[in-house]
Amino acid sequence: MINLAERRAASGPVIQMAGVNKWYGEFHVLKNINLEVRSGERVVVCGPSGSGKSTMIRCINRLEEHQKGRIVVDGIELIADLKQIDAVRREIGMVFQHFNLFPHMTVLENLTLAPMWVRNTPRKEAEDAAMAYLERVKIPEQAHKFPGQLSGGQQQRVAIARSLCMKPKIMLFDEPTSALDPEMIKEVLDVMIELAQGGMTMICVTHEMGFARTVADSMVFMDGGEIVEKAPPTEFFKNPKSERTKLFLSQILH
Amino acid sequence: MAPVSSVVAGSAPRPPADSIGVLGWLRTRLFSSVLNSILTILCIGLLVWIVPPLIDWMILDAVWSAAPPEVCRAAEGACWALLHEKARLILFGRYPYVEQWRPLLAMTVLIVAIALSCNRNFWRPWLAGVWAGTLALFGLLMWGGVLGMTYVENTLWGGLPLTMILSVFGMVGSFPLAVALALGRRSRMPIIHALSVGYIELIRGVPLISVLFMASFMFPLFLPSGVKVDELLRAQVAIILFTAAYLAEVIRGGLQSIPRGQDESAKSLGLNYWQTTTMIVLPQALRAVIPPIVNTFISLFKDTSLVAIVSLFDLLGSLRLALADPLWRNYFIEGYVFVALIYFFFCFFMSKYSQYLESQLQTGHRP
Repeated sequence: MINLAERRAASGPVIQMAGVNKWYGEFHVLKNINLEVRSGERVVVCGPSGSGKSTMIRCINRLEEHQKGRIVVDGIELIADLKQIDAVRREIGMVFQHFNLFPHMTVLENLTLAPMWVRNTPRKEAEDAAMAYLERVKIPEQAHKFPGQLSGGQQQRVAIARSLCMKPKIMLFDEPTSALDPEMIKEVLDVMIELAQGGMTMICVTHEMGFARTVADSMVFMDGGEIVEKAPPTEFFKNPKSERTKLFLSQILH
Repeated sequence: MAPVSSVVAGSAPRPPADSIGVLGWLRTRLFSSVLNSILTILCIGLLVWIVPPLIDWMILDAVWSAAPPEVCRAAEGACWALLHEKARLILFGRYPYVEQWRPLLAMTVLIVAIALSCNRNFWRPWLAGVWAGTLALFGLLMWGGVLGMTYVENTLWGGLPLTMILSVFGMVGSFPLAVALALGRRSRMPIIHALSVGYIELIRGVPLISVLFMASFMFPLFLPSGVKVDELLRAQVAIILFTAAYLAEVIRGGLQSIPRGQDESAKSLGLNYWQTTTMIVLPQALRAVIPPIVNTFISLFKDTSLVAIVSLFDLLGSLRLALADPLWRNYFIEGYVFVALIYFFFCFFMSKYSQYLESQLQTGHRP
């Protein structure tokens, strides 16, 4: 852990968003977003629905295009060049609210597809790595089933393992537990906590404040397309600066 | 007093006897209400009225053996003697009589290749080789001109082999074109999008018969003199182009049924457009539209009979040739029944196969 803290302190930002703006037609979804994330930093983003949280993290791997400002990921600026975008996407894993597993492939095929076709990993090697990640998310016995045969919690763990198979430098989580039944949330959060403790750089959009307290290095609160507040969790939960943050926290913390 | 619920000790409660088994089935399916009971009785009456005379005509009173038309005229029932006399003409059209073993063999080869392709375990690269071989052999047998077989021009091809080759090539040829058009119509590149939309709308707005007509009579006018494109080939291309437009819309429907999340998660893993399309989107989209694809193919199979207007004699066309014989022309019903049965057999097979394929490709819930 000491090594890790040193490494974190030593390295510069791995994600840099500077003056990022985005509109949907006339609607201003992202207003002048400035955010820096260091290597190994765990950022939790929260805020009311429609505040632009998902849009912001989807800009980081260019699932959404920003219209103004700069986004630099791992030294590569996100511009319209398809090659650069693919290069950035290879280094960023993303986990979605609705899992988005490929339903026509088995769990193992879901995991080996990208390593084999994007990284040109030989099948045997890709399968061994995939099995190792399935062990890590504690469902190796499901390897040969189809996603449709798994519970929501299991599917989300497969989705996390699928991203990890690409050995990403950064992981983005877009409300990973919002579509789950309550009794399955913990098994997914446990996997994410383990991942965070392993030193992964993470940006996580979630309303799971317990999880945020456990792992976050910094909390980001968004409202109306703006970053209202960014602070370490202790400060964020105890002494929120803005009224909007206070109101939001009072609504979700019972 | 005995308890109201008289469950015998040691046995689980069972549903009431009149709700299960044959009795239950009859009650729920045929006599569930007064109206249903009346409809059931009416249907039974209709069957009693129609079926026995039909059996008399088709089987009991029919002339089954080879016989001259006079015998048929004396008989009450169907004149299957027509088939003894004309079956080969109906099946093989104007193909030279003594050489008709060749289309028979060619057709058998084609059917074997189709049967092989139906098994999903054989969907391997070598199957493409099998098809190349099959088509080469088919052409070799039909055209001849080598190995001591006389050359037979393809304007003489006819009957079932012609219907089959037009259909098989029509399906195989239109499918990739349709996929390309469907993807093109969804493309964000304006020129590709416009071309795809234009093609689909233009072809869909025109009847097949006029496409065939244009291919046959107008197209040669645009060619420099001396250049001749084969009649059969022109009809074949017309069928492919026509079917592709319909199929493209079917496939586009499938593409639209795939949630955007599939595309997004593939992209976020670093897969490029072609990898995402061929490995993630298309396999799911095509599976979702198997029923309408087969629907289109069944239409195509039957629409091949329209090549009659450009003087090619497919199965239906060669039946008309057979019925042109004044001695037998009174027995056209028997001829059409025979041909209808052949069409039905093929279409029914396609329908059943599509159901089998759907169940084979079922992998639990959709996302």
